[in-house]
Amino acid sequence: MTNIKIKINNQTIETDSSKTILQAAKDNGIIIPTFCNDDRLDPEASCRVCVVEIEGQKKLQTSCSTKVQDGMSISTNSDKVKKSRNEVIELMWSSHPNDCVVCDANEDCKLQDYMYQFDIKSENKYDGFKRTFETDKSNRFFYIEPDKCILCGKCVRICSELQGVEALGFNQRGHESFISFAYDKGMDFSNCVSCGNCVSNCPTGALMEKSKTKFRMHKTTKTRTTCPYCGVGCQFDIVSQDNKIVKIEPLNKLPNEGLLCVKGKFAYKYVNHKDRLTTPLIKENGAFREASWEEAYTLIHKKLTHYHNEFGKNSIAGLASAKCTNEENYLFQKFIRKYLLTNNVDHCARLCHASTVSGLATTLGSGAMTNSIAEVKNNEVIFVTGTNTTETHPVIGSFMRQAKKNGAKIIVAEPRKIDLAYDADVFIQIEPGTNVALFNAMMKVIYDEELYDQSFIEKRTENFEAFIKVIKDVDINENAEICGCNVKDIQEAARLYATHTSGIYYAMGVTQHSNGTNHVKSIANLALMTGNVGKKNAGINPLRGQNNVQGACDMGALPNNLPGYQKVYDETVRAKFEKAWDVPIDKNVGLQLPLIVNGAFSGTIKAMYIMGENPIVSDPDITHVKEAFNKVDFLVVQDIFMTETAMFADVILPASTYAEKDGTFTNTERRVQRVRKAIEPIGNSKPDGVIIQELMQKFDPNYTIKTAKEIMDEIAELTPIYQGIDYDRIDETGLQWPVKDKQHMGTEFLYPEEFGRGKGYFTPINYKGAAEKPDAEYPFILTTGRILYHFHTITMTGKNEEIMEMYPENFIEINPISAKKLNLKQDDYVVVSSRRGDTTAKVHVSKDIGEKVIFMPFHFADGANMVTNTVLDEVCKIPELKVCAVAIAKV
Amino acid sequence: MKEHISKQDLHLFEENILTKYRKNDSPLMQVLQESQNLYGCVPIEVQEVIGKHFRISPAKINGVVSFYSMFTLEPNGKNTVGVCLGTACYVKGGERLLDRVSERLEINLGETTKDGMFTLAPTRCVGACSSAPVIMVNDNIHGKVTSDDIPNIIEQYNK
Repeated sequence: MTNIKIKINNQTIETDSSKTILQAAKDNGIIIPTFCNDDRLDPEASCRVCVVEIEGQKKLQTSCSTKVQDGMSISTNSDKVKKSRNEVIELMWSSHPNDCVVCDANEDCKLQDYMYQFDIKSENKYDGFKRTFETDKSNRFFYIEPDKCILCGKCVRICSELQGVEALGFNQRGHESFISFAYDKGMDFSNCVSCGNCVSNCPTGALMEKSKTKFRMHKTTKTRTTCPYCGVGCQFDIVSQDNKIVKIEPLNKLPNEGLLCVKGKFAYKYVNHKDRLTTPLIKENGAFREASWEEAYTLIHKKLTHYHNEFGKNSIAGLASAKCTNEENYLFQKFIRKYLLTNNVDHCARLCHASTVSGLATTLGSGAMTNSIAEVKNNEVIFVTGTNTTETHPVIGSFMRQAKKNGAKIIVAEPRKIDLAYDADVFIQIEPGTNVALFNAMMKVIYDEELYDQSFIEKRTENFEAFIKVIKDVDINENAEICGCNVKDIQEAARLYATHTSGIYYAMGVTQHSNGTNHVKSIANLALMTGNVGKKNAGINPLRGQNNVQGACDMGALPNNLPGYQKVYDETVRAKFEKAWDVPIDKNVGLQLPLIVNGAFSGTIKAMYIMGENPIVSDPDITHVKEAFNKVDFLVVQDIFMTETAMFADVILPASTYAEKDGTFTNTERRVQRVRKAIEPIGNSKPDGVIIQELMQKFDPNYTIKTAKEIMDEIAELTPIYQGIDYDRIDETGLQWPVKDKQHMGTEFLYPEEFGRGKGYFTPINYKGAAEKPDAEYPFILTTGRILYHFHTITMTGKNEEIMEMYPENFIEINPISAKKLNLKQDDYVVVSSRRGDTTAKVHVSKDIGEKVIFMPFHFADGANMVTNTVLDEVCKIPELKVCAVAIAKV
Repeated sequence: MKEHISKQDLHLFEENILTKYRKNDSPLMQVLQESQNLYGCVPIEVQEVIGKHFRISPAKINGVVSFYSMFTLEPNGKNTVGVCLGTACYVKGGERLLDRVSERLEINLGETTKDGMFTLAPTRCVGACSSAPVIMVNDNIHGKVTSDDIPNIIEQYNK
């Protein structure tokens, strides 16, 4: 890369030699037209619209594929260029339907734009053969209309090179060419994942969303915000018209680089759904009636004060929400701690990554992804375990596939042969809950073959001696048998992992176990032993499930932590908050979520306040949870829909969705990103932060309501890791905590010099299996998880018709051999039962799962969690949602 | 007429043929040709086996198969009839001849008659411009053809 000077249209430009003419021109505000170019893809130069004339060269050159050279003199607008460019566009137009006035892509079409810009007449210059194709409507979210396709091939390349799927391809050749799924047999026979990245990048109307709403682009507004689904935190524009979201457009920014998944791109219809809660409701004689906000607030204030005075502060508990903003979670825990004086505040992170928080805090320093999402693409080795990344964090899954294309090796250790396993260099099909046996065996190989990083261990860690004593005793053969895999694969995985710059990516398959904390600590051992943490393109990376579960934890919606993981039992911390909030803070750790439910069951918890959570679907052993909720005297639920949990409430407060509020979400890589209001709150609903503050005013008439921005300033003041965050600084790109001060640019990867706790701590861990093992009565292991199209308790995704058509009901995945033994066929119904209860599910026969194991998604009400096990990890109280013993019987 | 390839045949195809190309960097064209030679076509089930074996997406294989006229999804008929549409033949009325052949055989371009006797294949210049317009049946060239000659030409091969 050297700096050079070139001339474009007689204007002298300084640029560097690595750029193409198109890029250099763009950097200097000269926009050259192009259909097929995309900065993220290698140039293909297929559309021929970006041609330029270079002095001294006879032929025109495509600017997207020609690199600049020192002294080049380029014209983007000479007569020769104009003639050629217009000719190409006229040819495209000659076989394009002239139906702009009714086309869904009207005002959002490059062909239309360029025709207008270059004064090309709409009557056809060429009266040739026009192509006519059938429109492919097989995908539920978008259609392909090949008549309108200009064959730039961008969709095919994005599908293959960026998304890593290759569902779309060219079909036929010459004039008959068109874009289609394989064999032109439609979406159902392809591996299409409905991500819509083809649709977002189509320059014309050939790939279009099946819009249910009619809109015209010039009447819409675009609002940049952060996706409300998973923890990746994709950036997109909400396109809205008349207070309605009409579409979502991805942005080529960190962290998603222009990619989205089906949920982010298409599952926005819940926002304007007719079933949104639009007014407060109060239950009287078993039925809900509409109420005013004032009446609802007064009742809540009266009741909470009553239980507080009558049964003590710890008779009340609050559940915050990993779906709400940082500001709202901060306010929620402040409300519980300041006005109800209890630390009984928790949220659903207890069910997903509590073991990460407890396991990594004690070994490294804090429970978050050590490295960044963008680094995935440059890892040498990617070790995926306990996460079905392409379905749960689809954009990170795509980056893993991009890494593979860049030469990275992938190791997958999973009970199911997940999609990524097909891309894996080593796939180890382990039995659920045997992760520690696998990690220990890998570490034994690394120890025996001296592949560990001696100098890292000496300089950066402690307690290696005690730890390695346990590893020395590991019998690899025995552990391979426990995992149900072969020794060779373990060895290969260990060697690959230890001898490269490797990142571990894990999620609930590792954490949701009765010894989840130890699972996480074992991962820490593996990374510490090989020096694969504290450096770029490596690390220990827990993939957080919800859009803001990282933030809800950061904000202290946890019974032991004030914001920023500052401990309630630390006197100086308490003193700081007591001064800021002007109340005494309880030094005792509050109750964790499962203990709150147990407290409700046993009668010690009298009143509960739930903001945007749905424990009646998400918590283990639903029968028990329902009984507990029936026993609670007073339950407030604040939500956007009448959820299964809201049905149990005494007061329901209608909240606003992410599209109707300002704030921030913190994604899984610790990036604090803006959420911006795109539409007005639906009906009489209010943003959660407004609700909590108006309620605070009942407790404290002097309280003045703050904006989200002002609340972030308060958070920054009290929270060291958020100290440098303010809305102006994160306006364009979010910053990754810790952000130490207002100048600090955030932290891309953690612990380059030293760990949060000083030295990395090795923990000796022996394998201990799941609490419940299969037996004669309950012969199968049930493992739970998520699917691509649905999200958690489907409160949001379930309001999208297209998704419900595809996945309307609960199902199990079962191996063909087991299915045959039980005389089960595809689409039969079965009852799956455990010691806790039973549920009905449809049979999906799949070779991707082992014979002893069945899989069930946890999305559906009265589904998987009717049978899951409530046994808790001793340290962090996470339930063993991933493993329980079940029996299956045909209905 | 659609050739059905049994599961066992597919398995043998994978065992005996695909494995030969394991070390090949881009085996696709060669294995497609193997199938075309062996079965007279590259049906979807074969494309799927190739895709799984070499980790090539179905969309990509389909793209290649549909691009080249030497690959067909279904086996060609006993005789391949081509009406030349090269420049000379076109000028001499090749397109009208093609329509007549198509009518006579009751099939469209690229299709095969129900009895499996004829396939009407897309044909460009065959290098016999001096005899234009030309109809080619298998390896035989029939030159200076008029519409009236068509029934005779076809009948010659219909046995």
